[in-house]
Amino acid sequence: MENKTTSIIGNWKNRRLSETVAKTIFLVCAFFAVLGVASITAYMIMNGTPALTKVGILEILFSSDWSPTAAQPHYGILYVILTSIIGTAFAVLIGVPIGVLTAVFLSEVAPKPLAAIVKPAVELLAGIPSVIYGLLGLMILNPFMYQIELAIFKGSTTHQFTGGANLISAILVLAVMILPTVINISESALRAVPQELKAASLAVGASKIQTIFKVQIPAAKSGIITAIVLGVGRAIGEAMAISLVTGSSVNFPLPFNSVRFLTTAIVSEMGYAADTHREVLFTIGLVLFVFIMVINILLTKLLKKGSGVDV
Amino acid sequence: MSDQSLAIGGLKVSTTENNSIMKKNNRMIDKAVYVLIYLSASVSVLLLIGIIGYVLVKGISAVTPEFVTTVTSAVKGTTGIAGNIVNTLYIIVITLVLATPIGIGSAIYLNEYAKPGRFVRLIEMTTEILAGIPSILYGLFGMVLFGITLGMGYSILTGSLTLTLMILPLITRNTQEALKTVPLNYRSAALGLGTTKWYMIRTVLLPSAMPGIITGVILAIGRIVGESAALLFTAGSGYFLPKNGQWLSKVLESGGTLSVQLYLSMSKGQYDTAFGIAVILIAIVLIINLITKLLTNRFNVARSANVARSANVARSAKKK
Repeated sequence: MENKTTSIIGNWKNRRLSETVAKTIFLVCAFFAVLGVASITAYMIMNGTPALTKVGILEILFSSDWSPTAAQPHYGILYVILTSIIGTAFAVLIGVPIGVLTAVFLSEVAPKPLAAIVKPAVELLAGIPSVIYGLLGLMILNPFMYQIELAIFKGSTTHQFTGGANLISAILVLAVMILPTVINISESALRAVPQELKAASLAVGASKIQTIFKVQIPAAKSGIITAIVLGVGRAIGEAMAISLVTGSSVNFPLPFNSVRFLTTAIVSEMGYAADTHREVLFTIGLVLFVFIMVINILLTKLLKKGSGVDV
Repeated sequence: MSDQSLAIGGLKVSTTENNSIMKKNNRMIDKAVYVLIYLSASVSVLLLIGIIGYVLVKGISAVTPEFVTTVTSAVKGTTGIAGNIVNTLYIIVITLVLATPIGIGSAIYLNEYAKPGRFVRLIEMTTEILAGIPSILYGLFGMVLFGITLGMGYSILTGSLTLTLMILPLITRNTQEALKTVPLNYRSAALGLGTTKWYMIRTVLLPSAMPGIITGVILAIGRIVGESAALLFTAGSGYFLPKNGQWLSKVLESGGTLSVQLYLSMSKGQYDTAFGIAVILIAIVLIINLITKLLTNRFNVARSANVARSANVARSAKKK
């Protein structure tokens, strides 16, 4: 009996073997993510630090003189860092209120037929490739900005005209691009708020709007903060959509200046950069990587607290 | 009835004040906020209509049979994206062949084998981090590791390997979600019949979770098609068709996808080509969206039917 392969006892050994093999393979698969993050971190540090020691940390991070191709090259990326921070901050300032209000609309206010239009629209916006946002920014926003620029700086001799490729254009594109992220996560946070809270608030006589803004949004606070942090991550890491929209020179991030973000500096200069210039571009990558890691740490802290309902 | 009116009568003094519940429907600020909410919600819809409309108007005339079947060539005087379409397909296939098994395996390990603890937390955390790394950094990393250190240069393979890492979290997460929706008693039933765990996973879990897994794969395709920053410095910008009989060695040549070509055309000022590609990309996005929607709906229907059936079974069992 025991030798027959039909017996459940007979081939137990074989099965044990295949079990162990299967489990090991899955374990290896799972380990790929760890391996990926470890090697990305290692490579970012390995490639980003040589320039720091060669040029000097202070010179790179805190000097605003960016002229990598000059006879006397300077590699100060202060303006680039500032542009990324300011650009992201304003994109979030514009995108988050619109996003959270849309989330409120979807989870609390919208009649079903309207929600059935808005929700798929948001999903589609999330799926549109970033280069298309860039193309539209270049074709629609920039000419529009140029008109405004011409009107504002009429007769100015100090202003460098940019043809509309400026910080504002980039901020608007980024604000649009973070909308889907903010909307989706805020919406699920709002939906996770227990109905009892809403009912209690309505029962003591608060209006629907009061209930939403004084009860439900505060209850969904940590979820909404998560949405904002993810939005920041998306905005600060976006490259292709804004690389042509922002113009092509490094300047202090003023609204009508042509500027460079951390991401766009890499995209537009990596193609021709060599030697130290190239190493500095990797340092820019490292700075971006550090920003992203800080955002990630913030996120895990937030998620640990629970993105649901802790007021 | 008379009781109530009396009570209201007693409250009459306070109804003249603003915070009375009698006036809660008349708060001006509420109306203003409603207007703001509706305006915000309309932003997404208007943007979408605007984007699709503008791209279609500008680009539809560029999409001709010649545009999608020829390669841009100064000699023949043609402008076409056939090479880019083939490159995109190459990268989709190679990336999925690599990333799907790893992603599914990882999800199975996390969901079915691992006991909660440090190691699982580490894997889940790193998966989160991978999902949050911007694609431009993947581009830098892929360029240095696969392109330079491993000597693959600007090639379709370099691009695919880079994207594999990038879409891994997407597939892992979707598979995990799908596995979580498979009811626990499926597992118990299979194991109770004496199957081994791997057999149970193969024959019960994976088929049940398949719609969810496929959704993840399709979303990954969308991500690959739309990706440009990670591919610009890894897969390069080649736009030629594979030479006759060299379908395999094409993998080691540079090849720009549709999105990369869109970016390059845009930066060279060839807006007709750019809008033409944009039309095709938007069509792909719409199709992918539609398929995932159909899949999830079907999945939900199948699941709710299952739940209903098991509820029925439970009920009839009780009756007996």
